Amino acid sequence: MSTPERVITYGEAVREAIAEEMRRDETVFFMGEDVAAAGGVFKVTVGLLDEFGEDRVRDTPISEAGIMGAGVGAALTGMRPIVEIMFGDFITIAMDQIVNQAAKMCYMTGGQAMVPLTIRTTIGAGRSSAAQHSQSLQAWLSHIPGVKVAIPSTPADLKGLLKTSIRDDNPTVIYEDKMMYGLKGPVPDDDDYTIPFGVADIKREGSDVTLVATSSMVHTALKAADMLDKEGIGAEVVDPRTLSPLDMDTIIRSVEKTSRAVVVDEAYQSYGVTGELASRIADEAFDYLDAPVKRVGAMDVPVPFSPGLEPQTIPDEAKLVRTVQGLFHDVTV
Amino acid sequence: MSESLELITTSSDEGTLPLPEPLCREIYDKMLTIRRFEEAVLEIYTQGLMRGLAHLYIGQEASAVGICSALNDDDYLTSTHRGHGHLIAKGGKVDRMMAEMMGKVDGYNRGKGGTMHIADMSLGILGANGIVGGGMGMATGAALSGKMRGSGQVAVCFFGDGAINQGAFLESANLASVWSLPVLFVCENNHYGEYTAASDVTAVREHVAERAAGFNMPAMVVDGNDAVAVHQTAVEMVERARAGEGPCLIENKTYRYRGHHVGDGDPEKTYRTQEETDTWLAKDPIPRFARRMLKAGMVDETELESIDADITKRVEDAVTFANESPYPTADEVTDHVYA
Repeated sequence: MSTPERVITYGEAVREAIAEEMRRDETVFFMGEDVAAAGGVFKVTVGLLDEFGEDRVRDTPISEAGIMGAGVGAALTGMRPIVEIMFGDFITIAMDQIVNQAAKMCYMTGGQAMVPLTIRTTIGAGRSSAAQHSQSLQAWLSHIPGVKVAIPSTPADLKGLLKTSIRDDNPTVIYEDKMMYGLKGPVPDDDDYTIPFGVADIKREGSDVTLVATSSMVHTALKAADMLDKEGIGAEVVDPRTLSPLDMDTIIRSVEKTSRAVVVDEAYQSYGVTGELASRIADEAFDYLDAPVKRVGAMDVPVPFSPGLEPQTIPDEAKLVRTVQGLFHDVTV
Repeated sequence: MSESLELITTSSDEGTLPLPEPLCREIYDKMLTIRRFEEAVLEIYTQGLMRGLAHLYIGQEASAVGICSALNDDDYLTSTHRGHGHLIAKGGKVDRMMAEMMGKVDGYNRGKGGTMHIADMSLGILGANGIVGGGMGMATGAALSGKMRGSGQVAVCFFGDGAINQGAFLESANLASVWSLPVLFVCENNHYGEYTAASDVTAVREHVAERAAGFNMPAMVVDGNDAVAVHQTAVEMVERARAGEGPCLIENKTYRYRGHHVGDGDPEKTYRTQEETDTWLAKDPIPRFARRMLKAGMVDETELESIDADITKRVEDAVTFANESPYPTADEVTDHVYA
């Protein structure tokens, strides 16, 4: 029997996940800058204050390190805080609390302490927000043992992963693409719907090339796959959904079928998610590959403001198509 | 300036000991345990039985014990890289601490944390911390948690004069004050942040505690080598915090008799003077407290010797326990990365 579905937006998925988990567990609370009275700068948390009150839905000072530290301390002592960092760029201000404190408490204490902290933050360029409000810094925290990282691409994935994150006993980070809050999609109509971390999702099946894509790039990859289809190239789109833990098995099985792989992620290409994934595919799927693993990321420049400059810095379907064509036709990309 | 923003300077009359005898005995026992423990750490470090860094608390004992003797078992504390004293004062066991110092499996953290990260969650000790100011947010969050759960728990955030210049202090103090959280920010001003005089790098008129005014919280400047004054201040501020009246900043003026860490040379040859150290040695919190107990007739010299002998034996046993404990097996390296 299949669960009935409803169509909601990516932003509504956030609100539903938080509300459902707050109803389910009174130790869950939510805090961040402008999240309560204003409902968040992206308006995705409107209504939570009305339902849960100001004790559990808290507007904080603009103090990323302080908020994060308070989240860590509350998580250590019996609560399940959800901390919103408005823009992923601002997470840099809270890095000590995440990297040196939250991520290491369980390990450093020999398993005595746990930090059931959920951090929600945004990534993604494309709205002329310039260099300090547009970055996709998901590689930074994926690098840190002790933190779990989710990077959902659809309303259903966001809702299921956020709910799992709130229930998880570890520090988790959910990277939400700010350009996708209006994106609609079906979600199971079930208050107990969750998605486990470490399970990739095949967003489109194909037999000729594997496109491993994250977040907004899943949609770019799906568009590229439609274009490639017209050329007779069947692209399979694999969405890891979580970067840590990472489901390499699904990716390797896909590459075993297709023999070719391109990795695409919206972050700066150097030293990032694409590098890690490409390296692991090259290492673990070497025997299946008919071509080198290619990667497509953002240009290694600060994200520019001007509409005349910004679009070219972000990977698009045309670039992805050219990259895939290069694997088949020796086309210079 | 409103009453709550006055800077209150606290010390106690040396001629009296206005605390109940069992409490005085506990305070003395804990202070001397810290002293003997730290002396043992110095010894094992010098013998090469302990690796890494060892930041000794010798000289500051009245601060940790004066504060923690005003707490309940389930109250929280966050500590610092110079944290051994805080842990013992809150009830930490010296054998498991010593085993942790040596990286042994019977250590508090199964050898994974070492001197700078000892925690005992069952005692509300949320951990020493290797980052200066790293525990400020956590203490604030623990206080928030206590308040939200209505548990009546308070959190004590120990930090040094160095951490008062970290941004984390401003963010945590502001948050704690604006949300009236039950947290005591306790600055142990030992006058040196590593190898630099606090007065050279801290923009205050005279006292670190002056900064509390900027956060609308009461401030106390305390003779941090006077266990009675520290304890009495803590009792008052804990009561205030439990009553929902919010955080405070307590500045315990004290001194570390050793260097920043073991093996970093003689401070009196570089960044501080022998004359200054001698002045502070004359205010050693342990003999000071012993004299008051003697004068009050709670103990005599013979008993003081026997207390010392008992503590020394306990610490020696802790060293033996730690020596005999094995290292964790290699397969433990991947345990506890995630809960």
